[in-house]
Amino acid sequence: MDTKIGVYICKGCDIGKTFDVDKVLEAATEKGAAVSKAHDALCSPEGVQIIRDDVEKEGLNRVCVGACSQRIFPELFEFGKEVMADRANLREQVAWCHAPDDEDTQMLAEDQIRMSIAKLGVMEPPEPFIEETSKDIMVIGGGITGMTAAKAAATAGHKVALVEKEAQLGGWATKFKKVFPKHPPYQDLEDSGYKELVAEIEADENITVHLSSEVEKTAGQPGQFEVSLQNGNGGGQFTVGSIIQATGWKPYKAEKLSYLGYGSSPDIVTNIQMEEMASAGDIKRPSDGKPIESIAFIQCAGSRDQDHLPYCSAVCCRVSLKQAMYVREQYPDAKIYVIYKDIRSPAQFEMFYANVQDDDAIFMTKGEIARVASENGKILIDVEETLLGEDIQVEADMLVLAAGMVPTTQVEDNPGTDTAETDAATEEKADDKADDDGKKEAESAEKGAKIINLTYRQGTDLPTLKYGFPDSHFICFPYETLRTGIYAAGPVRSPMDLASSANDAYGAAMKAIQAVNAMAEGRTLHPRAGDLTYPDFFMQKCTQCKRCTEECPFGALDEDEKGTPLPNPLRCRRCGICLGACPERIVSFKNYSVHMISSMIKAVEVPDEFEEKPRILAFVCENDAMPSVDMVGLKRLQYNSMIRIIPLRCLGSMNTVWVSDALSQGFDGVILIGCQKGDDYQCHFIRGSELADYRMGNVREKLQQLVLEEERVEMHELSIADYHKIPKILDDFLETIETVGPNPYKGM
Amino acid sequence: MANIDPLESQISADLLVVGGGTAGMTSAIETAETGKKAILIEKLPSLGGRVVTIYQYFPKLCPPTCGVEINLRRIRSNPNIRVLTLAEVESISGTPGDFEVKIKLSPRYVNEKCTCCGDCEKVCELERDNDLNYGLNKTKAIYLPHLMAYPPRYVIDPEFVKDESMKKVVEACPYDAIELDMEPVTITAKVGGIVWATGWKPYDATKIENLGFGKIKNVVTNVIMERLAADNGPTEGKIVRPSDQKEVTSVGFVQCAGSRDENHLPYCSAICCMASMKEATYVRAQYPDAEVHIFYIDIRSPGRLEDFYVKMQEDEKFHFHRGKVAKITENPENGNVILEAENTLTGEIIKTEVDMAVLATGMVPNTVDDAPPLDTPLDDFGFIAPDTTNGIVGAGVAARPYDVSATVQDATGAALKALNIGTRR
Repeated sequence: MDTKIGVYICKGCDIGKTFDVDKVLEAATEKGAAVSKAHDALCSPEGVQIIRDDVEKEGLNRVCVGACSQRIFPELFEFGKEVMADRANLREQVAWCHAPDDEDTQMLAEDQIRMSIAKLGVMEPPEPFIEETSKDIMVIGGGITGMTAAKAAATAGHKVALVEKEAQLGGWATKFKKVFPKHPPYQDLEDSGYKELVAEIEADENITVHLSSEVEKTAGQPGQFEVSLQNGNGGGQFTVGSIIQATGWKPYKAEKLSYLGYGSSPDIVTNIQMEEMASAGDIKRPSDGKPIESIAFIQCAGSRDQDHLPYCSAVCCRVSLKQAMYVREQYPDAKIYVIYKDIRSPAQFEMFYANVQDDDAIFMTKGEIARVASENGKILIDVEETLLGEDIQVEADMLVLAAGMVPTTQVEDNPGTDTAETDAATEEKADDKADDDGKKEAESAEKGAKIINLTYRQGTDLPTLKYGFPDSHFICFPYETLRTGIYAAGPVRSPMDLASSANDAYGAAMKAIQAVNAMAEGRTLHPRAGDLTYPDFFMQKCTQCKRCTEECPFGALDEDEKGTPLPNPLRCRRCGICLGACPERIVSFKNYSVHMISSMIKAVEVPDEFEEKPRILAFVCENDAMPSVDMVGLKRLQYNSMIRIIPLRCLGSMNTVWVSDALSQGFDGVILIGCQKGDDYQCHFIRGSELADYRMGNVREKLQQLVLEEERVEMHELSIADYHKIPKILDDFLETIETVGPNPYKGM
Repeated sequence: MANIDPLESQISADLLVVGGGTAGMTSAIETAETGKKAILIEKLPSLGGRVVTIYQYFPKLCPPTCGVEINLRRIRSNPNIRVLTLAEVESISGTPGDFEVKIKLSPRYVNEKCTCCGDCEKVCELERDNDLNYGLNKTKAIYLPHLMAYPPRYVIDPEFVKDESMKKVVEACPYDAIELDMEPVTITAKVGGIVWATGWKPYDATKIENLGFGKIKNVVTNVIMERLAADNGPTEGKIVRPSDQKEVTSVGFVQCAGSRDENHLPYCSAICCMASMKEATYVRAQYPDAEVHIFYIDIRSPGRLEDFYVKMQEDEKFHFHRGKVAKITENPENGNVILEAENTLTGEIIKTEVDMAVLATGMVPNTVDDAPPLDTPLDDFGFIAPDTTNGIVGAGVAARPYDVSATVQDATGAALKALNIGTRR
């Protein structure tokens, strides 16, 4: 489609006082704008109306608004689906950070407009990927979490397939005599309520329960997951739009607790065995069936231990307090000892702990276990580093070990050691990391439990984090996973109690509903929620290098036997990492492409070397670093005018050809600013900044080939709060470039 | 595309969310991204809530504004959300699925023509205490709440509207954006469900008399420590002690300052252990030789947060002392503070002198002051009880002391609970 571009420049907020607006309008016309106008306050109703009128009368289909940041009231400058609008930032990036009446500022303002025009000339309106999708939801796991999620989604009007591998619903709750308090005043034990929930599930016509069933295969993409079940009835097939994994936990293996005496006496049991005994109605000494006169609980049996489960299992303190209450109920005179590291009864659950503490016959002792032995029918526990400052020995008829929770996604029973090995391996391979990332992820998925059995090239299940939990990959967005439309809930993703699990189920159900609705409209999900574009692959030029299939953080691409990528647009989160990965430059979005950024680079007018005006190109991540650039403006911090900023969806979407483009255009240096990588990464697409860093290796090679100095390209990590560091980063880089001297290819 | 200024007197949505902090933004955004309509109302002039006063999150030590920006971006690009600031619920009538809510909009005294150019601020002579920094510094009477304020518009502190000198401020605005005669208006919202996410306030530490806050200059609270570490805080991020701006060589953290104490907050505030360890990293990052003393009853770092505690224990400058601080006094010679901790079992008193002390004060739900309407059940401490059936669902710290991640988790589910109550078959 032919583009007809209108350029509108706002003179407000000091923009008009900083540079010659008429000259910028001339530059716009030269660059091909059909209409170019200025106004004192474009954001006023009158200003917006001028553009609206021109769109209508002049038939504009592209509008460049040279004004404030894109982040300020974007909705003001929307002119319908067919009209693409772009902001050229003349306020935060020009007027507020650069000297007025200065020829360098003038050139910057003109280039801002040229880049925007070039961008608009290439951008196309999005055409969403819309196919028939299912709004049904599959929930794997029929415990409290899975049942609650199923009920929540069904009440919201969705058909739910609830898949449970056991012959009945209920999960662990069926084994619990009571649960610790979930309701005010948070003091008394409660029923788990699972029976009522099972009855509600069975009565709900929106829910189909598949008992004794496991997922054999999940193919396709969100909106179109084709699920095959395996069960005694010959299996089953159905299509769902999204998936909730609520497969829960398993207890840490008791045999591994031999260091606490497990196995040395029948009177040393785990909290699970204790619960079974209590549920059966009679707590007695396992060895001889005698009543309990004294009992000890050892907390953190396996948990918070670098040789076992390094994490805290979050529920065991309250479980032991609950079981202590069972004992008190049956044996009013029994002595009860709880030996702990820290009692963790967070929030209002403190009231439960306070209630138990009021019981004089329950002795709570902080200490480290030195030795557990059984002698003459008694269990002897040596405790060190107690609060009394001395070592003590506790003698009891019976000992309960408060064993921790392991996610069902963990095949190994010792996630602590397993992770340590993985870490060591990771360090060794640090150099060729990015290249192997896809493969390694696939391998690690192979090592994990196969529960969802996805047919994804990158593995069968949700990628797991440290200790095997398929938890969020964002700290502040707990439901977001690396597999679009698949959400983990309950103890499978983090150790949690029943009340939290039920709550978590609602959150996961909300996300699952969101996913099916978004897929039906071709909208993507977090963090580019609502984006309608998706990557298009020009397959004729594909060389089957597999970089895109391996590097996609979301496993969106499968591949055929030759290694040609098979895109699944509904799995895609539109980060553009595939676009950055592709050496053949065959990946494009309608509104974001290699060609688009190259055009922007080429739109910049680079002065020749005799003018002594170096030019620096900055690729800046639009997620955190661009808002920081805005804040630099808001704070009126000043920096050099030699910089030309191009925002990227993610640094991971940087195609290294752009560096070559910049150098051949005559830019003297290129600076990349993105989010933090590494263990505490802040990249919104998890691996983007890490991949960009890896690709910097290719850039350095390229520089060598061109006999150019390595200093010409720099990469910086920046958090959104680090805006005050930006001027120095940019000015220091200019100084570096001035020292290195002009790009010898300038003007060639 | 969030419509910010209500032109109509009656609006409608599937969900009303009360409170524009992390919990409220989450409930509203998740609803909107599901395709339903949400109205998000906030009492203050800007969205963001408590987290905009926090320097870093645990355990990644990353800036909260990153998440705020993601959320604001989601709000800006979603036509299903309507944001109303300076807005409070006046009354609610009707039944779940069919509520009528009266919302009072207080005047901002700045209209939608504001461009954030800042010319007004330059000529304004009046100053007010900066609530973002707990009054530790000032802003002008016309001010932008913070760098990421949404809506990005100035606001005038009502206390100064009538001042003669404000006329000059009106004239300084090139866009006629300042209207000193703006009046409050009340609008009606028809909604199906309601999420109540009004958040928390720090416990008033002056009530814990034995710990000296408010009397001893170098005793601060954890929320103030966040501001001392923040680049946009009163000290521009330099952690110095309040009495003499001296660099610190030792800092004491007093856990359960008010929490787990039947005279103050009987419950555990759930985040303070992690928060203090995190704040100790701020000190350690600025002062490689500084010693940190943490006095605690139990360290509570649930789940994988345990890794953070383990890492802190590896730092030899971190000293963990099991014991509750019973008394804080000032050393009159040098302004230092002396912490007296009592070993709860032996009764032994340990005295530790440090440059400054940080009280890990707990979280009090704002529902204590402003209880939600419709007889919404609250627990003994003012938190909204779980499993409400009246159509008002508590989310975030209005329901339970939560960290940010758990708040988002809770608020995502709360949105569905509230929508489902409205549509229950």
